[in-house]
Amino acid sequence: MLEAAQPILSVRDLKVHFKVKAGGAWPWSPARTLKAVDGVSFDIHAGETLGVVGESGCGKSTLARAVLNLIPATAGSIVWMGQEMTGASSQAWLAVRKDIQMIFQDPLASLDPRMTIAQIIAEPLRTHHAGMPDDEVMKRVKAMMGRVGLTAQQINRYPHEFSGGQCQRIGIARALILEPKLIICDEPVSALDVSIQAQIINLLKELQKSMGLALIFIAHDLAVVKHISDRILVMYLGHEMEVAQKKALYATPRHPYTQALLWAIPIPDPALERKKVIQLLHGDLPSPMAPPSGCVFRTRCPLAIERCAQEVPELRRLNEQSEAACLLA
Amino acid sequence: MSLIEVKDLGVQFQTRDGLIYAVNGINFALERGQTLGIVGESGSGKSQSVLAMMGLLANNGKATGQALYQGQDLLAMKPAELNKIRGNRVAMIFQDPMTSLNPYLTVERQMTEVLQLHKGLDRKSARARSVALLDAVKIPEAARRIAMYPHEFSGGMRQRVMIAMALLCEPEVLIADEPTTALDVTVQAQIIALLRDLQRDFGTAIVMITHDLGVVAGLCDEVMVLYGGRVMEQGDANSIFYSASHPYTVGLLGAIPRLDAEDEALVAIPGAPPNMARQPKGCPFSERCTLASEQCREVLPALLAAENNPAVRRACHKSIQTVSELAAKGVSHA
Repeated sequence: MLEAAQPILSVRDLKVHFKVKAGGAWPWSPARTLKAVDGVSFDIHAGETLGVVGESGCGKSTLARAVLNLIPATAGSIVWMGQEMTGASSQAWLAVRKDIQMIFQDPLASLDPRMTIAQIIAEPLRTHHAGMPDDEVMKRVKAMMGRVGLTAQQINRYPHEFSGGQCQRIGIARALILEPKLIICDEPVSALDVSIQAQIINLLKELQKSMGLALIFIAHDLAVVKHISDRILVMYLGHEMEVAQKKALYATPRHPYTQALLWAIPIPDPALERKKVIQLLHGDLPSPMAPPSGCVFRTRCPLAIERCAQEVPELRRLNEQSEAACLLA
Repeated sequence: MSLIEVKDLGVQFQTRDGLIYAVNGINFALERGQTLGIVGESGSGKSQSVLAMMGLLANNGKATGQALYQGQDLLAMKPAELNKIRGNRVAMIFQDPMTSLNPYLTVERQMTEVLQLHKGLDRKSARARSVALLDAVKIPEAARRIAMYPHEFSGGMRQRVMIAMALLCEPEVLIADEPTTALDVTVQAQIIALLRDLQRDFGTAIVMITHDLGVVAGLCDEVMVLYGGRVMEQGDANSIFYSASHPYTVGLLGAIPRLDAEDEALVAIPGAPPNMARQPKGCPFSERCTLASEQCREVLPALLAAENNPAVRRACHKSIQTVSELAAKGVSHA
């Protein structure tokens, strides 16, 4: 039995590297390595929400997939409920996925267009509880549809008959039907209209409370995760920049990248937004094929000094609430 | 005479399901150096209204009403006449910079073409001017990068190229259709700062289309809120943000995750965005409005000046008092 204080998921120094051949390269020329995730560690406790934030190309989606072994990790360890999953068989992973489910970014593309809603939501039950009688499956599917705000009349419809927000509700129902302990939400609201985003975020929060779920909530901006997370992990170019309790992160961001992300979000208030003085980041994300030496953020960092180019900053604990990977933090 | 004056603009599409009214009766006027924000969710008609002004509607689309640029009606012009104005006096930036640049041509060719066509410059001076503009939008090593193809630029850089291209002929009006939606937040902040600088330096009038009220707050003097192809509320930015008088605006403001608010539940708008083929008889927002009554569902509210503030026009049967109570309730939920 696990102790309450023990994390349900513990990820240590996770690395996901891809071999990439440049376009037009000779067949015998060596492939180059793209380090999508390069040494990420975090813990998740039961019922907790970890927000993962970063811009496109920072490796947040790769991280999510690696945790579920949808993309095999190159190095590092994933411990689920005290069980080491590195090198585990696909049988062992199948058993674990009963407890870890995923919600995807594109609500329509993640639903099979040729399956009815009932079939889609029931599929995890058919996989993991193959012997379950049909009427029990249907009972559970209907109950779950009610919980996510779908009506029983919609049960035989196809995904194309639903709007984006409703499709995302179907995706949530499919993830919840197994009563998992952890759900990984990969940008679940970024494809939705603002008014619908709020519906889905509120729904996830409410389901989390009633079912005691832990969530990994991935997003590309800090405003969205603020409403749902307990702790937040900020990523840049495959590295962890800062991990902090929510309050601390928004009140006193310690890493220059976190600060830049916070400042960059426009505030829907003309007076505040106009007088806001922000430190703009220069340039674009460097290519992950050729990351900068030392701190990966140094090429865009307004505070970078010479030492930043030589030393790779370790993620270090600054106080009770915050850890940051910055020499100057 | 205003620089741009749009009168009763409408857009209809002929589809197999019958005639679809995508935009109905939009009016606005824009002076030099001003910014108008057009806000709405998917299907609100915000993009179609400006595509109509530029004569860029799909083949089955038809625009009605008037869009006057210095008194000349853009909608009534022949393509040859329109070509003298669009890209030259009125320019447009599109949402997706990858699909709106030609992948077969270098950035140089795409930029010089505009100048050769509109200004009759020779290739060499056109190139010099193009490099100067790429510099102005802060593309590093502009003289070298101008010879590159669009795919060699990152998303943010491509959007800068688009902006530089739109500014080549020093247009008086710049129409930006969700110019930052496809970009990361830090790059979005760069692009907004750039647009603000350009407006200050060149006095360009900007029509900014977006679904992000935060972008509008920092940039726009005037705001128009669209829903289901109709104007819900229109007025100066301060009135719209601080004393929204339409339930939809109140809902939109409540639904945005904000950094400066404590972590209360977001105020969601129930229901789904409108289906343009099945519009309700009355107010398009009546299906999702918590205040909606029988009258709202049956009778289309007219866009009228607000009783307490002539700078704001609103289309709602409910009194401003009722709506502001709704807004207060949304906040106290927190």
